[in-house]
Amino acid sequence: MSVVPPMDKRPELLSVKQLGKTFNGEVEALRGMNLTVNSGDFVSLLGPSGCGKSTVLRMIAGLMEPTTGRIGWQGEHGSGSIGVVFQEPTLMPWASVEKNVWLPFRLAGQSLKSARPRIREALGLVGLEEFSDSYPRELSGGMKMRVSIARALATNPRVILMDEPFAALDEITRFKLNHDLLELKSKIGCTILFVTHSVFESVFLSDRIAVMTARPGRVLTEITVGEPYPRDDDFRTSSSYAAYCRVTSESLQQSMLEAA
Amino acid sequence: MHSESPGIRNPAPDASSTAQAMDAEEHRRFMRRRLERIGKWCLPLAVLVFTVWFWDRLVVVNEIPHYILPGPSLVWETLAADFWLLLEALKVTLQITLLALAVAVIGGVGLAVLFTQSRLFEMSLFPYAVVLQVTPIISIAPLIFIYVDNKIVGLLICAWIVAFFPILSNTTLGLNSTDHNLRDLFRIYGASRWQRLKHLQIPTALPYFLGGLRIAGGLALIGAVVAEYVAGTGGIGSGLAFTILEAGYRLQIPRMFAALLLIAATGVLIFVSLSLFSHLLLRKWHESALKKE
Repeated sequence: MSVVPPMDKRPELLSVKQLGKTFNGEVEALRGMNLTVNSGDFVSLLGPSGCGKSTVLRMIAGLMEPTTGRIGWQGEHGSGSIGVVFQEPTLMPWASVEKNVWLPFRLAGQSLKSARPRIREALGLVGLEEFSDSYPRELSGGMKMRVSIARALATNPRVILMDEPFAALDEITRFKLNHDLLELKSKIGCTILFVTHSVFESVFLSDRIAVMTARPGRVLTEITVGEPYPRDDDFRTSSSYAAYCRVTSESLQQSMLEAA
Repeated sequence: MHSESPGIRNPAPDASSTAQAMDAEEHRRFMRRRLERIGKWCLPLAVLVFTVWFWDRLVVVNEIPHYILPGPSLVWETLAADFWLLLEALKVTLQITLLALAVAVIGGVGLAVLFTQSRLFEMSLFPYAVVLQVTPIISIAPLIFIYVDNKIVGLLICAWIVAFFPILSNTTLGLNSTDHNLRDLFRIYGASRWQRLKHLQIPTALPYFLGGLRIAGGLALIGAVVAEYVAGTGGIGSGLAFTILEAGYRLQIPRMFAALLLIAATGVLIFVSLSLFSHLLLRKWHESALKKE
């Protein structure tokens, strides 16, 4: 069990400074966005749809160049440093679960045999070790998402980027996966940057919530959720949870006024 | 009913009635499935039996001479009597068809891969692939036989022209149909162009390619037959189409029917084997090959 140091003692991992993005020279998606992610953080980006949350994530993943500003990484940063989970499970339907999780290793030139211990471990963490020979179509939506998470964390990345990963799932599955994600995080101490438009989800999951304004997006407020991990269903029904949700919700309302 | 928390009520399950209702519906569904399964084989067979019987009666009752319309039994007898001659012709046609299909696969897939690797290449060549496809082969074939001395090569070129386009267009579509999130994922993990082609684009394109292949199989046969009609010269190495032509000149109508039957059977065989091939490749994962549950 890895121990994540308290929030104020975590080393900086990633800093986003004065980030701006304009599409086709006319649509300004982001303007002057600042964000710092420290090693071991669970940070949520919360904002109305179309505020540029996913754009930030895409730029951090290196899929897009910023128009202005910069994204800085501490330490060595290569192609295995980032894990990504999209809103859809994004599995290859022609490959078994094991081969899907193998993908990042395979692209790095590693054979299935040598990657197998890591694949097994990752599948074990999401509770799917028995399904390594199954095909994605044989799995439920929640299980597919677990495979996607296993693939993202298998390479032991410095940060896992999650773009509304549970938005398409039913509420029961979403609650379960929220819970399991936190358990997973406390086991391996990974850093997660999580995009969501759900106030409840962001409060339940994160140490820190960065509330974004509507387009052009930037971080308006940061809310620190002081509740210690592990968090369970008792937290979901507690009065502190309700209080955090109210604060976050008000801040979200504020951010939407800010843009208008 | 009394409950501990406000607003909560636990209705007792009413199991017996719902279970029985479900069973009746399940039973009906089961019967319908069984009927469909039987009908799938029996109905076409019944149509066949009726058609052959009607054909036979038509010939016998109207006393139609065999050089105008032979009865089914005479066609069958001719098929048996001329079996070796017809088999030789079938071998030629089949050889051309399969060879053309093989070249169409290589050419179609090769060109499709080139198209997706280089946009410039696609822009330059795709219009001409379309022109080649929409120009009727029967109007190109005479020219081909003027410039190509070897008859077999000429036939092959004609069959190839007809067969390669569905493979090219389907495979190109497939190679360009990759999931955009998976494409992003490949980029994030630093995949090379070759890795992306091998591990993402080719598997994505496989069902599209196989769909094109099934169409191309039938078209290759049509191309081979049409080209043979145009080529027209007899002698050794003549296929089924030439056999039909020659039999027509000699008013051997039963042999025409026998050869026609063989061509149709060949077409069906090609389609069935390609469908089977496609099913075997896709059965594990693709929607088209999965059994409905």
